[in-house]
Amino acid sequence: MIPEAGTGALLVALVLALYGAAAAAVGGRRGRSALVESAQHAALGVFALITAAVVLLIYAFLTFDFSVRYVANNTNLGTPFYYRITALWGALEGSIVLWSWMVSIYTLIVILRHRTSARELYPWALSVMLSVVAFFLLVMTVAAPVFARLTPIPADGRGLNPLLEDSGMITHPVALYLGFTGFTVPFAFAVAALITGRVGDFWITTTRRWTIVAWYFLSLGLLIGGWWSYHVLGWGGYWAWDPVENAAFMPWLTGTALLHSVMIQERRRMLRLWNIALVMLTFSLTLFGTFLTRSGVIASVHAFSQGSIGVFFLTFLALVVLAGLGLIAWRWDALGAQGELDSVVSRESAFLLNNVLLIAATFTVFFGTVFPLLSEAVRDVKVSVGAPFFNQVNVPLFLSLIFLMGVGPLIAWRRASVESLKRNFLGPVLVGLGAAVVFRLLGVGSMLAIVALALTVFVATTIGVDLVRATRVRRAMGERALPALGGLLLRHNRRYGGFVVHLAILVVVVGVTGSQAWSVHTETTLKRGEQAELGGYTIRFDGLRESQESNHGKVTGTFTVVNGSGAGTVLEPAKKFYPQEQSPIAYVDYRLGLMNDIYLVLGDFARDGTSATVKFQVNRMVSWIWIGGLVLTLGTLLAILPERRKAA
Amino acid sequence: MTALLLALLLALGAAPAAAQAPSRPVDEQQVYEVASELRCVVCQNLSVADSPSEMANQMRGIVRERLASGETPAQVRQYFVTRYGDWILLAPPRHGFTLLVWLAPLAAVLVGVVVVALLLRRWTGRRRPAPPPVDAAMSERIRREMEQEP
Amino acid sequence: MRRRWRWLLPLTAVPVLALLAYGFRLNPHEIPSPLLGRPAAPFTLTSYDGAPVELAALRGRVVVLNFWASWCYPACYEEAPALERGWRAYRDRGVVVLGVDIQDKDEAGRKFIQDFSLTFPNAPDPHGKVSVDYGVYGVPETFFIDRQGAIRVKHVSALTDQIFRETVETLLAEPAPAR
Repeated sequence: MIPEAGTGALLVALVLALYGAAAAAVGGRRGRSALVESAQHAALGVFALITAAVVLLIYAFLTFDFSVRYVANNTNLGTPFYYRITALWGALEGSIVLWSWMVSIYTLIVILRHRTSARELYPWALSVMLSVVAFFLLVMTVAAPVFARLTPIPADGRGLNPLLEDSGMITHPVALYLGFTGFTVPFAFAVAALITGRVGDFWITTTRRWTIVAWYFLSLGLLIGGWWSYHVLGWGGYWAWDPVENAAFMPWLTGTALLHSVMIQERRRMLRLWNIALVMLTFSLTLFGTFLTRSGVIASVHAFSQGSIGVFFLTFLALVVLAGLGLIAWRWDALGAQGELDSVVSRESAFLLNNVLLIAATFTVFFGTVFPLLSEAVRDVKVSVGAPFFNQVNVPLFLSLIFLMGVGPLIAWRRASVESLKRNFLGPVLVGLGAAVVFRLLGVGSMLAIVALALTVFVATTIGVDLVRATRVRRAMGERALPALGGLLLRHNRRYGGFVVHLAILVVVVGVTGSQAWSVHTETTLKRGEQAELGGYTIRFDGLRESQESNHGKVTGTFTVVNGSGAGTVLEPAKKFYPQEQSPIAYVDYRLGLMNDIYLVLGDFARDGTSATVKFQVNRMVSWIWIGGLVLTLGTLLAILPERRKAA
Repeated sequence: MTALLLALLLALGAAPAAAQAPSRPVDEQQVYEVASELRCVVCQNLSVADSPSEMANQMRGIVRERLASGETPAQVRQYFVTRYGDWILLAPPRHGFTLLVWLAPLAAVLVGVVVVALLLRRWTGRRRPAPPPVDAAMSERIRREMEQEP
Repeated sequence: MRRRWRWLLPLTAVPVLALLAYGFRLNPHEIPSPLLGRPAAPFTLTSYDGAPVELAALRGRVVVLNFWASWCYPACYEEAPALERGWRAYRDRGVVVLGVDIQDKDEAGRKFIQDFSLTFPNAPDPHGKVSVDYGVYGVPETFFIDRQGAIRVKHVSALTDQIFRETVETLLAEPAPAR
């Protein structure tokens, strides 16, 4: 009965969403507020119904209702409580439920926030949002019915993919999807702007904060994904340039470009066409990501499944891209370039260059991701494009971007005088060069690492110099140092929020650079009591033990880690044997540190526990990446605080 | 689904490939470097160096052994390419058709820079002649005013 | 780009969309082998019965070389009877079936052979050298080697009676090499 109620709720929601989308559009076109209001009610109904479906699905999971195929495929009687809830988005069908639920929540927030403030654009934006929800509901009812029955009803389910039994799986998809779906809002307003012909700057200011929020969640999703990969997948890294990672990274790149280019439009009333195109591109890339993960067209670790669902997503993607480009063509004249710049040496130029580099990186990632397809289409030869390629081609682009990160915020808008350039940059450049020399003298061998770290120091110095100088100005007005700094941050929260986000990126860059340049690996077979040494640490193999957990068996190795100073820790990497899996799942164990992570993966072992093979890594500075995520959160919060300037 | 399972982990109880005694000491870092350029054939996107699967484990063993027997990293790579095709290389060869993918970033940056340069010329060209220069005190004040803005 | 040309803008997306649509026709899990037509790499393994299995000694015969594993369910379980049937039907006509068990545990491999009453020689590949020499990337994979000792056909996924019969008949029809 419950599955039928769920299916029914989703069907009614689909009808309501379609009706709402149409009503809002007609209401917007004819200026009938009654119709728009009716669409609002429909949106509320859609949200309520999808929520009901989510609740019913969770209920089915909690009660082990294996008559529902999705439940039977993703849990079994041994699945722990929390993972029975997160199993909701553990596979294809449920992830689409979550997705549509989020869009419906965003739709409600749009209604609450912009109902009165964005009169002309709002009905169309509402219509677009509801159309997107309707698409996902259509997929759910036709291609991936989440409440489909399973007969005969099995006594026990297949169980959740063991790799998803991890706390990262609670947060990673949620953050990532909040990011993906968040870009629906700027997209909806961009479409509304094109349809109504109000392609001016209003839609940009309306959606600025939305873009930041979506960008933030996407960043967080990527970072948590990296953390999940690092501590669950057991391959020792956090980023593999897998097509699905790329698919999430591309909208992040274009979203980053957007955050910057929007500022030019706000100030100089130019780049209208470009910003609209960027919003369209970002939203299309989120769809492309969904397409990639769910179509099986490009092989990937994360690929959910193959089936008709890919056709749905590709059709929707084609619709969005073609309609978007068509709308742009329609409003071409209104969007026309009316730019005017005072000087090439200006912040505007720095931002334009930033956009060029970000889009080039996006293109590189995209081309690399689909290149195997192209190779097969053109000459019927399979090729791989993986991490070594992406690292090599993207590093120069990213280093240039870091350099610009130092230049952009401090170079003047409009026109930078030689004198101001000297005042703002001479110091930081010297400090950066000095840092390069120091790193070299300290024995850093990799040229790339030196450049990356020196650039980081340069950018950090520009930020520091600016903060010190601005604080001094306030202190000159009689404030004390700390309150002056705090007041500064809050009063110009958007500017300094941006600075803090930049700092966060720098922290991540240091982590990536350190881990790439200095991590060391080995793989060795140890007899009981035998030791291995790596990167200043020694491990000793102390034996194996077997245990039985609620839904799997486990063989745990015990290793004592000793560092140079003699302090010891015990690490216990294990292999988990799930009855539903053909092969065991590695359970890595690690000790995190600011500079060094000790990371152990248990390989083969002798049954009697006399010897074991272990992958032993000392990963350098990986923790900086996670710390960067925290700083990023602070910076974003600061940036989206309501502006205080007028009140002060 | 099978692909996913296969892809992720295959390791189990077989004799450790690392157990063979190499004929001369091998730099583990070099093994790692060569292995990281090879695609783990049962995985979707991990390298032989990174994958915890048994297949990758055995392939690392072969890399180690070949290096130990005095082969160069290029020869080891070629050994795998002969058997699996270019598909086994995570970075496609820099010649022939696959050169295209290496040139793409360069082309993208070039096109972007040229477009921006043209636009900048057009946009700065429209401008009236520059305003008269301002003295240092004035520019300092302007700078501070600018900072007040977000 | 002014006026009428701007309507061509949407067309720019068509090649990319077409490429993605083309992706549906591909199977990313099927990788063609560059070894077809090349001489099969020689190897010597020790079968589960303790007898040596040497490819070079089989020159002049058609060899069906099958890579399998006991953990490869269901495909290897589906094809095992077909291989045994093929072996029984063709062994008198100069066809040899060889099984190579990869990445497996000894007892599991033996149990598999016993469960399917396999009578053709099966050998474990303890260090994966033979598998890599043949460019194996998954199981099951089957290589058909002609009388000249060249790899002629590579079959990925479970082998059927029909494929076995047709391929072997083709290779048997070819003249034996001059001794």
